Amino acid sequence: MNALWDNAAFLVEGLALSLGLTAIGVLGGLSLGTALAALRLFGGRAGGAVVDVYVFAFRAVPLILVIFWFYFMVPLILGRPVGAFASAVVAFVLFEAAYYSEIIRGGLASVRPGQMNAALACGMSHLAALRYVVLPQAFRAMMPVFLTQAIVLFQDTSLVFVVSLHDFLTAASIVANRAGRLVETYLLACLVYYLVCLGATAAVARMRRSAP
Amino acid sequence: MNYAWDWGLVLREPYAGWLIAGVAWTLALSAAGWALALILALPVALLRVLGSPAIRWLAGFYVSVFRNIPLILQMFVWFFVVPELMPRDLGLWVKRDMPQPEFTTAVVALGMYTSGRLAELFRSGIDAVPRGQVSAALACGLTRAQAYQYVILPQAFRIILAPLTSEFLSIVKNSSIALTIGVVELTAESRQIEDMTFHGFEAFGAATLIYVVIAFGLDRMAARLRPSALAVRT
Repeated sequence: MNALWDNAAFLVEGLALSLGLTAIGVLGGLSLGTALAALRLFGGRAGGAVVDVYVFAFRAVPLILVIFWFYFMVPLILGRPVGAFASAVVAFVLFEAAYYSEIIRGGLASVRPGQMNAALACGMSHLAALRYVVLPQAFRAMMPVFLTQAIVLFQDTSLVFVVSLHDFLTAASIVANRAGRLVETYLLACLVYYLVCLGATAAVARMRRSAP
Repeated sequence: MNYAWDWGLVLREPYAGWLIAGVAWTLALSAAGWALALILALPVALLRVLGSPAIRWLAGFYVSVFRNIPLILQMFVWFFVVPELMPRDLGLWVKRDMPQPEFTTAVVALGMYTSGRLAELFRSGIDAVPRGQVSAALACGLTRAQAYQYVILPQAFRIILAPLTSEFLSIVKNSSIALTIGVVELTAESRQIEDMTFHGFEAFGAATLIYVVIAFGLDRMAARLRPSALAVRT
């Protein structure tokens, strides 16, 4: 256990990086995902097709391959090395955007078309109907799925191991090998991931129950 | 951007052979992991629905452990930790003599992880069958086991067929994580080609294309297996 205590700061820094990557991935993915969902809604047939291909491609490919793509491609396009962190951020944001745009689409589809028709019949403009009737209901339906996706992303950030970025898992594996304490360190890492995800899942469940 | 394109590269030896070997390993991992997951998931799902409160809690704990720890960490645990915790002789056998140690370990990790997800899916399918069906079956004189075997499970299975194909796509994608314990599957092969030739676009492009083809096939299959497509014609 001493080896773990001595390296506690290093492990905590790793956990902070995992949580930071999750936050950036959620915020960036949500922004780009909203843009994609809007393009699908208002972009006509061509816009819809572009979004369909984007979503299908990112959902077909393993995240590790996406991380490799950007780890290799971003420096090549920019003409200078950018480091593992920047390329991982780009990979997560683009990857998550595909999933978030689908969640937004599902949320919008969950609002029955009668709601839109009723709002229009009441004399609201198309935009007002979206803003005051459809989006609030859709948002309520999406919220729990957003958070569940964030928990999935938190677990997925551990894949930056393959580009040697020091997230929590990579930090744990470095400590495990350096101190020769694989059993204790990996079991501790399991416990940390388990408790964080379980806590977050419980929070989502409570939110779902308290939602009207 | 200065880049010498060479798409023929991935069709030439030895790289074409590497990609084919990678696909074979990816499919072998997915199929073996899938078989293990299916065998484990059905009993776990049934125990979660039908067991005593203590059994239900245990089955729920099983699901939550495999779902709340990243798969890559589960791979490390099966590879580095579990052999240390086994009885001495068995641990030594696993470390020294087990055939295809990386592949076998990856299949176990992938299968156990997926079994947690499938158990959840099976349970949601069972929950989606209206409660009255059990009561009706019992009223007709079937035992509870018969009610599940002949009435509930066939309907539940039909409901989850389409999501089941997307779970299979998940296991194909998740099998790439086996590269972290040394299985050279498709993603690892493309990484190796990039490493050898510096032609990353072509190497990753070829791997991406192969994954997209697999996903497309499964997607078409899922469309055919949706409950609406399977509706009983009368």
